[in-house]
Amino acid sequence: MEFKNLKLSKKTTFVIWVIIIAFIIAAPSILPVFRLNLLGRYLSLAIVALGVDLIWGFTGLLSLGQGIFFALGGYCAAMYLQITSSSEFPNNIPEFFGLYGVDNLPFFWEPFRSPIFSLFAIWVIPALVAGILGFLVFRNRIKGVYFSILTQAALLVFFNFFNGQQKLINGTNGLKTDVTQLFGQMVGSESIQRMFFWITALLVIAAWFFSKWVVKGRFGNILIGIRDDEPRVRFTGYNPVLFKTIIFSIAGGLAGISGALYTVQSGIVSPQFMTVPFSIEMVIWVAVGGRGTLLGAILGAVLINYAKSLVSEALPASWMFIQGGLFILVVTALPEGVLGWLQGEGPRNLLQKLGLKRKIETYPSLEIKNETEGLKNE
Amino acid sequence: MLLDSLFNGVAIGSVLLVAALGLAIVFGLMGVINLAHGELMMLGAYTTYVTQLIFKLPLLKPYYNAYVIVSIFFAFIVSGVVGILLEKTVIRKLYGSPLETLLATWGVSLILQQFVRSVPLAYGTGLVISLIIGLFLPSVFSSKVKESINFKYVKFSSWIFAALAGVLSGNLISSSVSKLSRASARNVDVTAPAWMRGQVEILGTNFPKTRLMIIIITLISVIAITLFLNQSAWGMRIRAVTQNREMSDCLGISTEKVDVLTFGIGSGLAGVAGVAVSLLGSVGPNVGGNYIVGCFMVVVLGGVGNLLGTIFASFGIGIMTDLIGAGRLLSIWPDMPLPLSNTINFFATTSMARVMIFALIVIFLQFKPTGLFPQKGRMVES
Repeated sequence: MEFKNLKLSKKTTFVIWVIIIAFIIAAPSILPVFRLNLLGRYLSLAIVALGVDLIWGFTGLLSLGQGIFFALGGYCAAMYLQITSSSEFPNNIPEFFGLYGVDNLPFFWEPFRSPIFSLFAIWVIPALVAGILGFLVFRNRIKGVYFSILTQAALLVFFNFFNGQQKLINGTNGLKTDVTQLFGQMVGSESIQRMFFWITALLVIAAWFFSKWVVKGRFGNILIGIRDDEPRVRFTGYNPVLFKTIIFSIAGGLAGISGALYTVQSGIVSPQFMTVPFSIEMVIWVAVGGRGTLLGAILGAVLINYAKSLVSEALPASWMFIQGGLFILVVTALPEGVLGWLQGEGPRNLLQKLGLKRKIETYPSLEIKNETEGLKNE
Repeated sequence: MLLDSLFNGVAIGSVLLVAALGLAIVFGLMGVINLAHGELMMLGAYTTYVTQLIFKLPLLKPYYNAYVIVSIFFAFIVSGVVGILLEKTVIRKLYGSPLETLLATWGVSLILQQFVRSVPLAYGTGLVISLIIGLFLPSVFSSKVKESINFKYVKFSSWIFAALAGVLSGNLISSSVSKLSRASARNVDVTAPAWMRGQVEILGTNFPKTRLMIIIITLISVIAITLFLNQSAWGMRIRAVTQNREMSDCLGISTEKVDVLTFGIGSGLAGVAGVAVSLLGSVGPNVGGNYIVGCFMVVVLGGVGNLLGTIFASFGIGIMTDLIGAGRLLSIWPDMPLPLSNTINFFATTSMARVMIFALIVIFLQFKPTGLFPQKGRMVES
């Protein structure tokens, strides 16, 4: 599909950011604790959505497997928290190992004793996995739908692996974080959760600036070139494999950060983070918000998830219908998302349909006419 | 022992094959992956269940043993019609943007899943009956009627007739079969008729009859689809459009009709796969999801535009799944070195076998990125 490159005007971006920041600052004092925690979780999902926007909106790679990297980040955070608060359990290892009769810590848990290693692992490990997986796929020029279903298969494979390994990472039960300790306090306690809310809010803004920086300039232009006509980029002398691998691993790293923040705020990481529906939902957040806009990804992630929790509380059965309808509607009727619609002709067309006169820009064709006449005279 | 393993592998592979066949044909023709394919299988499985309950009614009781055969045809028609509707309403609009189609069909799959959960099966059946009548009644009229200006009234009235028939049959089924009159998200079970239960002995090994039946269903589907593609006029058109859409269009083939037909057949095959799946385990709204990723692997491994690739890929994956998942290499070669046997034991569960097979496929794609039997061409974009 021909896809215009959307550029939100500075004014729109500024206004939306002012609203977002005002809301974030006001939220802790106006929202009850439960809702604030939900908002914090959804804000952390906005970071993975930014990554999806980078690879799908800008580079044209539809990954249905971002859940892999999201869960990896979550597991890294949870492993650190579990192992640092395991001193009272037998053998100095997390409690669940006792259930399966494991006495020795599996070797890959060992480095997670160090907080610095864990802080890096949260984004480096997902980025590395994404980079390797991406490189193996991209170097064979596998793309489009093939790429999408391969990522989905990879997702299921990771799900199977994590689900089946009780003795390594507690399998299908997942790792709990809310009863672990951090800075001498329970992670599930209100003060720590409030701190995570602020960290999430700051990281969303940082991730937005980072993404903005990534797509700016020549690097961003090449990404858009790959999306619109990859062979042409290759014939011009660029190596698309390199750029695709880099952007895919950046998106993986963002997903890892997002997964870690989501885990500490929801209190558990489990293979459920790697189910197929969750990863496809990430794409629809971006699609509804407006792909290729970055801001749309943030808005889409937060608003759709909020709507989901409100609708599911009121009418549990209807959310699937609404979500299914949303998928169909957004690709057939609103391919540029809500922000794209706002930025484009949408509102004006709506006003016209409601019977209001449409503002016409003054004689846009006049200048061009003169030019052609001038050429003729020559 | 070896025969046993081979049979198991072929049995797994034949379920994969009949499920992936429709997906592969549609992908080859339109470049579209239908994420609702698993849900079309689910519809086929539920059709088997409904057919089974209807055949338990006193009127049809004498023919109960034949219900599996009948349900194969029903499942083909039900899934085929839903597929045609899907093509006409959604997929046609997204032609040329496969990624958007992927998302839209995912939306359809969510709706179908929730539909099965929250609508009583009797009324679901009624809805499908009215769809079948509404879509096909107008086409039985002679071409003279079709070309007249009043044909739209004929169409309109046939839809009204279809709606009436749907409501009536839905009520009839729900009043006569109480199990179908309530919506339920619980899994249901299809019981095979007596002649399909038990085992049959070939060459000193026992084979379950249901598995043999699935292999036979697959064999018949593959032969039928091969004959259709290679011998009939429409099959030739489908092959032509698969090879070169623009050229076929220029030569007067209605690509629109070819698309609808192929999508209908592909969806119908999903329904047939659903019958096979219903014989293996219980049927629930999520039953399709267990098979769909296997189908993707078959499509990726087999390549596009050649049925042979699909056949080889599904049997290859089936046999490998059994070899790795059941740890059979160990029994064939009992005294292998310790580290190797430990690795094999680590992967000797069904879910870990999937992990291994995915890794093997990714390695395979490093050498043959376009699958086993790639289409030859000179295009930059394939």
